[in-house]
Amino acid sequence: MSADVELDNVTIRFGSFTAVKGATLKIENGEFFSFLGPSGCGKTTILRTVSGFLDPSEGAVRIGGKDMAGIGANRRPTALIFQNLALFPLMTVADNVGYGLRVRGVPREERARKVDDLLRLIALPDQGGKLVSELSGGQKQRVAIARALAVEPQVLLLDEPLSALDLKLRQHMRNELRNIQKRVGITFIYITHDQGEALTMSDRIAVMDAGVIEQVAEGKSLYDNPATAFVASFVGENNPFPGTVSRTVGDHALVETAHGPLRGRNPKGLKPGDKAILFVRPEAFSVGVGTAEATISSTVEAVTFEGNTSHAYLKGKGAKPITLTIGRQSDHALPGQGATLAASYDPTKALVLPHGRLASE
Amino acid sequence: MTSRLVYKLMTGFYLLIFFAYLFGPLAVMGVTAFNTPNYPTAYPFEAFTTKWFTALFNDRDMMEGLWNSVIIGIGVVCLAVPVGLAASIVMTQIYPRARSLYYLITVSPVLTPGVIIGISTVIFWKDFAETTGLKPYLYKGMILAIFGQASFICAYCMLIILARLQRFDRAQEEAALDLGASYPQVFWHILIPFLRPALFSAGIIAFLSSFENYNTTTFAILADKTLVTVLAGRVRQGTDPSLSALAVIIIAVSLVGAISYEILKRREERRALEAAARARAAERGEVALGGAVPTAA
Amino acid sequence: MSSRGLVYLIPIAVIAIFWAMAVWEKRRGLDDPSRKGFVQQNGILLSTFFVLAVAFWTLFLVVLPYMYMVQESFHPSLWPKDRGGPKDVLTLEHYKYFIYGLQTGTEASYNVTHLYAFWKTLLISLCVTFANFCLCYPLAYYLAQSAGPQKLRLLLIALIVPFWVNEILRAFAFRVLLSSNGLINTALINMGLIDTSFDFLRADIGLYLGLSYAYLLIMVFPLYNGIEALDKNQIEAARDLGASWWRIHKDVVMPFAKPGIASGCTMVFMLAAGSLAAPQFLGGPNTLWFTSIVYDFFFQAFNWSRGSAYAFILLLACIGFVLLVLRVFKVSLGEIAR
Repeated sequence: MSADVELDNVTIRFGSFTAVKGATLKIENGEFFSFLGPSGCGKTTILRTVSGFLDPSEGAVRIGGKDMAGIGANRRPTALIFQNLALFPLMTVADNVGYGLRVRGVPREERARKVDDLLRLIALPDQGGKLVSELSGGQKQRVAIARALAVEPQVLLLDEPLSALDLKLRQHMRNELRNIQKRVGITFIYITHDQGEALTMSDRIAVMDAGVIEQVAEGKSLYDNPATAFVASFVGENNPFPGTVSRTVGDHALVETAHGPLRGRNPKGLKPGDKAILFVRPEAFSVGVGTAEATISSTVEAVTFEGNTSHAYLKGKGAKPITLTIGRQSDHALPGQGATLAASYDPTKALVLPHGRLASE
Repeated sequence: MTSRLVYKLMTGFYLLIFFAYLFGPLAVMGVTAFNTPNYPTAYPFEAFTTKWFTALFNDRDMMEGLWNSVIIGIGVVCLAVPVGLAASIVMTQIYPRARSLYYLITVSPVLTPGVIIGISTVIFWKDFAETTGLKPYLYKGMILAIFGQASFICAYCMLIILARLQRFDRAQEEAALDLGASYPQVFWHILIPFLRPALFSAGIIAFLSSFENYNTTTFAILADKTLVTVLAGRVRQGTDPSLSALAVIIIAVSLVGAISYEILKRREERRALEAAARARAAERGEVALGGAVPTAA
Repeated sequence: MSSRGLVYLIPIAVIAIFWAMAVWEKRRGLDDPSRKGFVQQNGILLSTFFVLAVAFWTLFLVVLPYMYMVQESFHPSLWPKDRGGPKDVLTLEHYKYFIYGLQTGTEASYNVTHLYAFWKTLLISLCVTFANFCLCYPLAYYLAQSAGPQKLRLLLIALIVPFWVNEILRAFAFRVLLSSNGLINTALINMGLIDTSFDFLRADIGLYLGLSYAYLLIMVFPLYNGIEALDKNQIEAARDLGASWWRIHKDVVMPFAKPGIASGCTMVFMLAAGSLAAPQFLGGPNTLWFTSIVYDFFFQAFNWSRGSAYAFILLLACIGFVLLVLRVFKVSLGEIAR
């Protein structure tokens, strides 16, 4: 049994500090949905509100169409995987997994059977008698998941569960989690600051910054068509060229930047005089001069050879350098350091977006 | 390296003097328990005897006092440990502005001279019992002794339990709630097992503090007696070495207690080390497989 | 409204004020939204238990008895039948008695005996505290910094075991040691140092020894805790810079262990000043200890009001000492209670 989750204009305040502003979105039944954003953006706050540990100051949270106001955490059809797992150290693995069933009054034999099934699901059969202190990091992770699944929640909430694991294990667990979700079929709400995780695992992602949901879309849409400057700079690598719109031509706009006038697509319908940022992805650049409004020229600061691709870093007008990706297929020799390089791009691959906060490094 | 040697010698000498001062009087008294003269004498040692031990057990007042002390001790434990638990939980949840005052009130009995606690207990409860008509039930030496001792022993228990409570991972409480437990269930399944070592220590400390208390009990006990007040009476009158015999018994019991505690502690440490070793082995196994773990069908 | 009734009212008023403040804050949304209500957080049954337990202890075992004793000290000593009657007025007569004594005749006099006992008690307690500190500091330092973990546990056990022997028995042990036929006198006579046995007890030496002995452990533990937290590297650094051991302790260790020192000193002082057993059993016939005077008022004179007044004076002295220590050491109350 699974359910959808609706946030209806949810605002959460702590005294004078607003952690989440007017969040509205709908997470579909059976979806793997992620909240992605830097630390402090409010994603944990939203998770705790959905699970019932926080009440929203304004707005409503609905699960399966039912308003959750006044329903405490222990009565909601949700289960939460904590960041530090919060396994019960004084209980065995089997007791941990079976705890939710125990408090529901499930009789002992049935409980033991269900626990065995779950232990097999997470590949820890016959380990029920072990204590939590005897498990490795990955094993603890899986016990936490089994414990949550035991109560058959309609929505599973995961609070950056992989952040404590080392790299190889993390990549393996990403696939594990996705497989488990497909098999069990319930709605997963996952929060993370790691875009690699979000992009590989999720059906849809909500990108958040400073309490505001910037955009909700599939990973590919976020990458190809970011809606705000923050999303454009947070998801993947991107080169920002801030400036003012000087002219619009059809669905393109011309932006006066420190590198001269540059042209790009104008999906947000900005008008002349609006402050904007033109974004070009590193892989959209080609070495060499192109059309006047789609070429930049600058000094090469550094070039790195990385096997299949190489990166060139040009001196930018701001603090950060301009990044170019040079593929193996290109028949230009790699530029040398200190040389002046011209790079051009296809204007349809550049985006003009309203001026806004950029993701910091 | 002579300065190191001098330092070591001085340390050893100091430790010797310190522990001689500490154990000396007790050792001497221990000797007098086995010596025959009627007044506790250590030197000259006349003859070895255990008659003072039998005299001790035949002393009716002493035995009555002992029995009362045990009853009072149990009463104090039954009162102080739950109250200490409640007080420590309230301390973590009380309205923040009231916390300092609450802390002051709960800790003040620890710093107050026992005499004052004893006096105030008797004065208050006498009038209170009279005005509420409960005099025959409440105005009794044993009850007042329990109340008086509980005044500061609750504080001891609270501090002991609070120290452990503050190390409690709140996330566990939330995890249990999230899985559907009601608040009472969280309390009994998660919090109490976590606090068990502290509850146990608090109980032991409560009993021992109650048993050996003099200043407060001597006022509160009214006409009854505890072992300690009987002792006080005997010492005042001048006495025979049966008191020394008592001291020897107490020392023997506490040594046994201390040794068993040490053994239990070592066993617990060993078990923790073994569990940690098993966890590390599991980690290594996981890494060796390259992070890939067999996924169930 | 009699003063006795007032005593019950004051705590209720204080609680009501705090309750009102909490409700007002919640209504205005000024509090932290993640703090759930008390009853909500613990369930009805448990909340009731907590509140009742804490209320019983703090009100009936702590606050009310103290306040009652204090207000009782302002009543004259009356037969039970006169209490609550016309003769029962608020008076300072007991406090006046403490300072002035019985006014016989027309000359103003002072209650020299009691005043002298009071100051002597405080002074001796202070000296005992200081002596205790000097005695225990090296041991605490050794335990905290130099001893290995096995040795540490052994030494701690060796420290604790003697203190499970009751303080009365310990006082008794000293008496045995110091009496005219006791070990020390016999030894001194045999060694030819003195001719007849020296009455240690009359000279109050027994009292001093007994008092400092009784509270050794109370001083060692807070000192140990205070010093233990100090990073060994700091001491190494100081030695490396050429500081003598005296300066190391004065400039590095003691300032760091201030809370522990304050805690130990406070507790020893209070226990010494409020001590009953040592003065009763180790004092000579002329020893006047303030707490013994209080005891006598209760058990010999049955003058409870006067005893309460004297007890209150003792309490004030102790509080005064604590505040002094807090000021001098610049620590807060929370750091002292272990």
